[in-house]
Amino acid sequence: MQKFTTVTGVAVPLRRSNVDTDQIIPAVYLKRVTRTGFEDALFAAWRQDPDFVINKKEYQGARVLIAGADFGIGSSREHAVWALRDYGFDVVLSPRFGDIFRGNSGKQGLLAGQISEADAETLWNLVEADPGIELTVDLVGKTVRVGDLTVNFEIDDYTRWRLLEGLDDIGLTLRDEARINEFEATRESWLPQTLPARSPESMY
Amino acid sequence: MTNVIPTSQRSSGTGLRTLAEKVWDKHLVTKGEDGTPDLIYIDLHLLHEVTSPQAFDGLRLAERTLRRPDLTIATEDHNTPTLDIDKPIADLTSRTQIETLRRNCAEYGVRLHSLGDIEQGIVHVVGPQLGLTQPGITVVCGDSHTSTHGAFGAMALGIGTSEVEHVMATQTLPLNPFKTMAITVNGTLRTGVTAKDIILAVIARIGTGGGAGYVLEYRGEAIRALSMEGRMTICNMSIEAGARAGMVAPDQTTYDYLEGRAHAPRGADWDAAVAYWQTLATDEGASYDAEVIIDANKLEPFVTWGTNPGQGVSLSGSVPNPADIVDANERSAAERALEYMDLEAGTPMKEIRVDTVFLGSCTNSRVEDLRAAAEIIKGKTIAAGLRMMVVPGSARVRIEAEAEGLDQIFLDFGAEWRFAGCSMCLGMNPDQLEPGERCASTSNRNFEGRQGKGGRTHLVSPLVAAATAIRGTLSSPWDLVQDGDQ
Repeated sequence: MQKFTTVTGVAVPLRRSNVDTDQIIPAVYLKRVTRTGFEDALFAAWRQDPDFVINKKEYQGARVLIAGADFGIGSSREHAVWALRDYGFDVVLSPRFGDIFRGNSGKQGLLAGQISEADAETLWNLVEADPGIELTVDLVGKTVRVGDLTVNFEIDDYTRWRLLEGLDDIGLTLRDEARINEFEATRESWLPQTLPARSPESMY
Repeated sequence: MTNVIPTSQRSSGTGLRTLAEKVWDKHLVTKGEDGTPDLIYIDLHLLHEVTSPQAFDGLRLAERTLRRPDLTIATEDHNTPTLDIDKPIADLTSRTQIETLRRNCAEYGVRLHSLGDIEQGIVHVVGPQLGLTQPGITVVCGDSHTSTHGAFGAMALGIGTSEVEHVMATQTLPLNPFKTMAITVNGTLRTGVTAKDIILAVIARIGTGGGAGYVLEYRGEAIRALSMEGRMTICNMSIEAGARAGMVAPDQTTYDYLEGRAHAPRGADWDAAVAYWQTLATDEGASYDAEVIIDANKLEPFVTWGTNPGQGVSLSGSVPNPADIVDANERSAAERALEYMDLEAGTPMKEIRVDTVFLGSCTNSRVEDLRAAAEIIKGKTIAAGLRMMVVPGSARVRIEAEAEGLDQIFLDFGAEWRFAGCSMCLGMNPDQLEPGERCASTSNRNFEGRQGKGGRTHLVSPLVAAATAIRGTLSSPWDLVQDGDQ
């Protein structure tokens, strides 16, 4: 994963709350077995409307999405994050995220920054008044700057650190492999095992 | 809502712990320090074809091994057709995804239940059915409805594909402690009111984000009275309230369900397991970060009118007027929802005519759900012009239902009797709604386009689904009594 410090780019105001992952990427696009190439699938149903905000020419090349509360609720599909990344987004700002979506974002270098409802409204108004204006999102200072305005966003310290360092989760965990081995040695023998496959007791 | 208190800190004060905290503590590999997450051991990893291919690829690229094939199991469910299952899958991308799972499972030594196998079916029906889902264990799957398994008192989490790869490689997950919320359901459900109505009412109460950051523990008299199937229905939809997991403390109902199942402990192991399971219930006096209280006596059959599962009302109610909603975001969401659903504010829910009834999904496709619906429709005829699709949750459920003659009841009524899978819950296979088609569905999500592009979904219980199929409009068994049908 690449190190993340600041991003400067065009922001899209998405004035919708409860944007579930079925809207971010409909299920029909989940049949692919690759991790890339999902840009066409992002908001596929909504993008058929030429007036949908992302289709507007002044928002082309955007890197920041400013969404309403409860962004990324619903299905656990990480494809939602891949689609946002493939389209070109580095940052999503929202007053609240679906838990699984937020976790998935941190693994794919997508910054999910939590802002207040009031700041979301302020940013929407600013961007709509001057479409195409660039925002700077600074992960070190946890700020969003646009013109003279600076607002703060929240992100948990651990995800922030991993994004800043560009660290791979699995590599981090495997540093504790000795502890995992120790833990496994203490597990009860009657805990469920999938192998070998067994039949119901009544069939013995 | 009370303040955010990490579970580990809260429990250290009194020594009294909730169910969720006990399961968490039992699986702690390393305790996080300075803001780093805890490392939690995972007892059971469930796989399916949609969210695993990229994880297997990641494993392969990094030249890592699958750490515990013996704690991993896979099934085919999301893409699988529910007709002609003996023929090659017509949709090429679906077929590729299934074939990729088969190849990956063969390469990494993962037990797989493929289409045609008696244990094939929806992953959240298969785990409990095999007795693999047990109290006090940790369960993960790359699917948000993994919360289903919490019905056994397991900590069951839906995860993304990166986390799937992480569990494959390490059998652990780095996780931040969750807050706990008690959902206390007092009283007794009236006849015709079910577990589905409880959970729809809970989500309408706390909203789609109300459970964010929480593990919900369902408790109280009405929960104790539920079967395991009913508890699974409730835990299944915890994610629709934004929660990471939902749980019910194990009791005799749980043990009775498990005993004798293929992978349940046996003999002395059974006794040791039960001894552990009996320690799991929340300690008397332990505190939760938040509590919601529901009166089961007052619940009615519940149904959604909008495009998220929190947008629901009692079936005797009407489509709400967005103008009456104070919160601006909620109001605009309601306006959008009514437009998408093509509904007028003030319309009585019972006047809404549907085109399709879907009985299935990991929420309501177990044999008990099929039995309940069959009892309502037995000897009746489907409403003119309506189609009803019945999709058992697993091949084993289908066989069990057929042994009881349920298939014939559905077929005589005029419904379609299909093979097992996720089917029209999310329409990754050919089972989809047409644009504008309206469906009463026993599934879990009424999102825009969820069941097919332009399709309109009303979430209901199996009883409401059955009564609706008879009358053609959203109905409960209570309406049948009034019609003099019963």
